[in-house]
Amino acid sequence: MAVTEFPDGRAVLTETVTRNFTRHSRMALAVPAVICAYFVYIFFAFDIAGIAARLRPDNAVILLSDFWSYKTHVTRDNRSGRLSVAIEGEAKGAYPEGQLPDWVTQAGDTTVIDLGGGNIVTYDAAGARYVVPGYGTIDIAPEDGKLRLTTPEPLPDWINASDNRVSVTTDAGRFAYTRSKVETFRYQPGWELFFFTLDSPFAGKGVGELAALALWGERVDPARGNLGYMLSEFWNNRMWRHGDVAWAMFETVLMAFLGTMGAAVIALPLGFLAARNFMPLGPLRFAMRRVFDFIRGVDGLIWTIILSRAFGPGPMTGALAILLTDTGSFGKMFSEALENIDEKQVEGIRSTGASAVQRARFGVIPQVTPVLVSQVLYYLESNTRSATVIGAIVGGGIGLLLTQAIITQKDWEEVAYYMVLIVLMVMAMDSLSGWLRKKLIKG
Amino acid sequence: MVDIAFGPQGDKGPGPTNGRDAYLDLVRRRRMYGGILLVLFVALMASGFRLAESRNAGGFIDGLPQVFAFPSEVISEAWAKRAEVPGLIWAHVPSLIETINIAAVSTLAGGLAAMVLALLSTRGLSRWPRLTGVFRRMMDAFRAVPEIVIALVLIYLLGGGPVPAVIAIALHTSGALGKLFSEVAENADLKPVEGLTSVGATWGQKMWLGIIPQVAPNWISYALLRFEINVRASAILGFVGEGGIGHDLKLAMQWGQGRYDEVVAIFLLLFLTIVAIDRLSDRAREKLVRGR
Repeated sequence: MAVTEFPDGRAVLTETVTRNFTRHSRMALAVPAVICAYFVYIFFAFDIAGIAARLRPDNAVILLSDFWSYKTHVTRDNRSGRLSVAIEGEAKGAYPEGQLPDWVTQAGDTTVIDLGGGNIVTYDAAGARYVVPGYGTIDIAPEDGKLRLTTPEPLPDWINASDNRVSVTTDAGRFAYTRSKVETFRYQPGWELFFFTLDSPFAGKGVGELAALALWGERVDPARGNLGYMLSEFWNNRMWRHGDVAWAMFETVLMAFLGTMGAAVIALPLGFLAARNFMPLGPLRFAMRRVFDFIRGVDGLIWTIILSRAFGPGPMTGALAILLTDTGSFGKMFSEALENIDEKQVEGIRSTGASAVQRARFGVIPQVTPVLVSQVLYYLESNTRSATVIGAIVGGGIGLLLTQAIITQKDWEEVAYYMVLIVLMVMAMDSLSGWLRKKLIKG
Repeated sequence: MVDIAFGPQGDKGPGPTNGRDAYLDLVRRRRMYGGILLVLFVALMASGFRLAESRNAGGFIDGLPQVFAFPSEVISEAWAKRAEVPGLIWAHVPSLIETINIAAVSTLAGGLAAMVLALLSTRGLSRWPRLTGVFRRMMDAFRAVPEIVIALVLIYLLGGGPVPAVIAIALHTSGALGKLFSEVAENADLKPVEGLTSVGATWGQKMWLGIIPQVAPNWISYALLRFEINVRASAILGFVGEGGIGHDLKLAMQWGQGRYDEVVAIFLLLFLTIVAIDRLSDRAREKLVRGR
């Protein structure tokens, strides 16, 4: 009503200002509201409520404990009576015949396993016994093809018993008895056999002992020095395959390097063809740009699939896939950088009677180099990360090892190892490209 | 008064001949360094390529003629069944929507996290100035972890679906955008913040009313760019892991011959979407940064 009191321009102004204010405050409310509404839609579309049902806490426990610990299987075949001790139950982690960890003792038919903290498991001819401190003795004996279980009543929920199988889970380890075999798992912190596998002469030795062996100890293998032997045992460790992992990391970096640099080398001349100030022929320029758009639009995923059909799995395929995808991106960016140069320098060069190539070399390249170099280095860093994913698709590099380790769903310590290596690799490339950028651009 | 013209005085003073020699010497040296660098670079590329080729299943020259074999096989089969392609495209729209939703949610969630991280890690704006370094390292770590690693581990824990991909991409986005956001915020004008401080505003109010309006156009522009990247990432994650159009593509590819019409339909759908999103976000960013 106040507005009517001013019949002049002020009324209009007040109205505009008020309208703008209302619009602004409405916007300030509307944007968060729209975002919230979208999240609500996603909540139902992605079935977030159902996550709780699909969540596998047991998997989480396995994963987390596997990340920082390992288990040793002590298994007796109940039919043959043969005892085997193997780390993670794998053949390559098995203790050789006649060699046992110091917490397992064997005398005749009787095997005693000390799980620590008073937890003692005994395998003998009658069956097996597990002494749990603060609870009592769990005694299992096979009888007429069934298992007879004798324990203090009532049965706690960490003992799972049926006629065919008894399993016990305590903090010290896990124990399972079936008619065919009896198994005890002991969990210990660390990554097992990270340096040497059990069949190596250096297995189980301390740092001091190894240093002494390497420096002045007698030769273990008369044919070569101890240090060289040690390095080769470490490099060819069958459990962790350090040599293969190092190669895979190198392959990944190689893919990123070849792909990025190759793309830059190819895209530079093509960028000239797509820049308005260097390519007077409109149709050719237009065609060049559509080529870049097409390459970028088809996307790395599809290029990777097509190329791996033609070249088979391996790092070259990955490098070519990165090269092809980035040629599109670089072509677009380079042509934009070329269009934004200062024409005066080119004119100056032209006045000396320089040819087109000379004008490009002395008038244009020095101007665009900082922009191009910084973009190329940025891509080099980000491609190191992409090369991990592309490696998983084409089958090369650390990406392949990582996906294989994840698919088996049991070597989580290897997954953790690869993850740490990948993060370190990406961070190293990040600082390398930052350092190079500073060096090359600021001189 | 001052005679600045140098005569031909032989070697005395910085005469033109002398200066010219020095200059030419400098140029020669620079060219030599450039040449050495170029030779090194070429040698590195060539030997790297040879090495990559030797570790590859198929050689470069042998594979080259086959680059077009697979696409032509696929296209000829799809052409024979071209009547079914539009229907197949339509059938895959729901998975495409899932892929785009994954990208959108992760960009939004990652962007919101990046806002907070960026403000906390910018000198002069941080709530806890001593912890800026900690937040910076945090963003570096988020950025360094490839999405595929987190996605695959989470698939094991959460049992498939789009959520693992969302979390993986969002985590990476928060690191990547956080760095860019913080670079923008560093250049923001601090006067509005001072004004708000003088009236006793809290840290949240200072940021929301003093900084965000200044940086919003640039931030949104970066977030849009990230959205483009995330659409591609979400398609790739679908191919390697689960969910979305990438997974459909993998299934169709595994089937191989006989389902190439479906492969072409998915290729087309993905291509058109990526081009459309690129175009839209290009235009929107132009508007945001340069003003309408």
